Amino acid sequence: MPDINYLNDLVTQVRRDILRQVHKVNSGHPGGSLGCAEFFVALFQELMDRKEGFDMNGKDEDIFFLSNGHISPVFYSVLARSGYFPVDELNTFRLINSRLQGHPTTHEGLPGIRIASGSLGQGISVAIGAASSKKLNNDTHLVYALCGDGELQEGQNWEAIMYAAGNKVDNLIVTVDYNGQQIDGSLDAVLPMGNLKAKFEAFGWDVMDIEEGNNLEAVISGLKVAKSKTGHGKPVCVLLHTVMGNGVDFMMHTHAWHGKAPNDEQLAVALAQNAETLGDY
Amino acid sequence: MKKYIDSGKKDTRSGFGAGLTELGQTNPNVVALCADLTGSLKMDEFKANHPERFFQVGIAEANMIGMAAGMTIGGKIPFTGTFANFSTGRVYDQIRQSVAYSHKNVKICASHAGVTLGEDGATHQILEDLGLMKMLPGMTVINTCDYNQTKAATIAIAAHEGPVYLRFGRPKVANFTPEDQQFEIGKAIHLQEGTDVTIVATGHLVWEALQAAEQLQEGGISADVVNIHTIKPLDDAAILASVAKTGCVVTAEEHNYLGGLGESVARVLALNAPCPQEFVATNDTFGESGTPEQLMEKYGLNAEAIVKAAKKVVSRK
Repeated sequence: MPDINYLNDLVTQVRRDILRQVHKVNSGHPGGSLGCAEFFVALFQELMDRKEGFDMNGKDEDIFFLSNGHISPVFYSVLARSGYFPVDELNTFRLINSRLQGHPTTHEGLPGIRIASGSLGQGISVAIGAASSKKLNNDTHLVYALCGDGELQEGQNWEAIMYAAGNKVDNLIVTVDYNGQQIDGSLDAVLPMGNLKAKFEAFGWDVMDIEEGNNLEAVISGLKVAKSKTGHGKPVCVLLHTVMGNGVDFMMHTHAWHGKAPNDEQLAVALAQNAETLGDY
Repeated sequence: MKKYIDSGKKDTRSGFGAGLTELGQTNPNVVALCADLTGSLKMDEFKANHPERFFQVGIAEANMIGMAAGMTIGGKIPFTGTFANFSTGRVYDQIRQSVAYSHKNVKICASHAGVTLGEDGATHQILEDLGLMKMLPGMTVINTCDYNQTKAATIAIAAHEGPVYLRFGRPKVANFTPEDQQFEIGKAIHLQEGTDVTIVATGHLVWEALQAAEQLQEGGISADVVNIHTIKPLDDAAILASVAKTGCVVTAEEHNYLGGLGESVARVLALNAPCPQEFVATNDTFGESGTPEQLMEKYGLNAEAIVKAAKKVVSRK
């Protein structure tokens, strides 16, 4: 198991990867990506029981689905640095003929991707299907999914949330990136979501908060608690409290960097706040 | 002239149910999902035989499509069942992203297509689904004509890797194709030999096309009848071979002429062998309440409409 210093270095390196990917092509979504760096590192390096290589069926291993596909920069960085494809390939993000499409896809055969996402609200349903498939296969491994908080405004999520509880899909952990921001502003300004915890609980889920979603140790220990909640007849929801743009002071606590790339000067400032640790691609 | 016998009217959806029942026994990876229409889709027997492989999702079609996509991960072959309207238009983006773009092995099985759904009216009578589905890259689109063909198609699509849209209907119609047929995806069936006009038909209009061919024969017009059950990929060669003999074509389908089989045929002809074509299809309209027979007549989707179109197209040669 990697030590925490290494993992924290990895988080910093992932932030650099995110910033450099979106800067190079002057497009992409740095805000949500930065906020979820700790989550992805915790999941892929500590929590998930993964096999070497990539098999679409993911039999006898934990699998993950990203529903809010626009945070592809963090997904690609962590997949590459977890061995799914060469780290240098991050250079091709959003370029023509790349496997690293703007939003993740199986279409180009990128290892680590099991479903296309980007059009929001579909990931929980897919994760429930995969979790049901695991149960039919007597595979006791888990299915993880991440979705955005604003994304929960899509109605399909609530069809899925209702189904998972009603059918005791308890080999599933859905994490909500609870950063309170969406493209047009704060959640409260765009469409207030009310009490998300109470909503999930009312639908029959086992819900927990990870208050410090940008503290790697807190995320790891919180997700381990979530894991211990599986197998008890309820799907598990983690409300992961994060800060959009985390780790870059001028990108934090605002929706402004949801889908905007830094210019040369901004990149230099941002990278200076996140010194190279494991080596840039 | 070859004579086709109706072995007794049956609904195509029951052919689907029978095919699914057989698959349940022969293929342990086949799973079925339904959005609160188990009886209408004739999925009861599969559900009774394999409760662990049957997923009742409730009135939540978007979740059903997403779940089906997810279930392919782990090697399952999901068959989703609901009405054609709720199988396509209601969940188009879910199919587009989670199934077609992700190239998942999902079989979208859709009953009650077209005006022959009858009395429920236009809210439920989708006439746009073939167009919606054929525009999706990688989607195989099938519209079967009778009970036997629907059963055979249901069994065949389980062995096909990739997303499939299988369209069938509600009413009891003539059952005239062989009980023991092997269904070959993408392969047209040549039903009637003729020299004056080609009739290319799909779904419920195939039986009507055969009736039309008999009527045309009495009037001295020899019709070559081709059953296209697979709208995509289209059997270009079969269409071109027939038109090479006849020099004109009538296409017949229970669908809007926009986006339907007729337009697919027109493209093949435009690229290879331009010739006169007439479209037996709905004319950019919604349906309405009525009996299937009344609606087929009112919307010009029966043998009489095909005869009229055939005479017209022959005169245009």
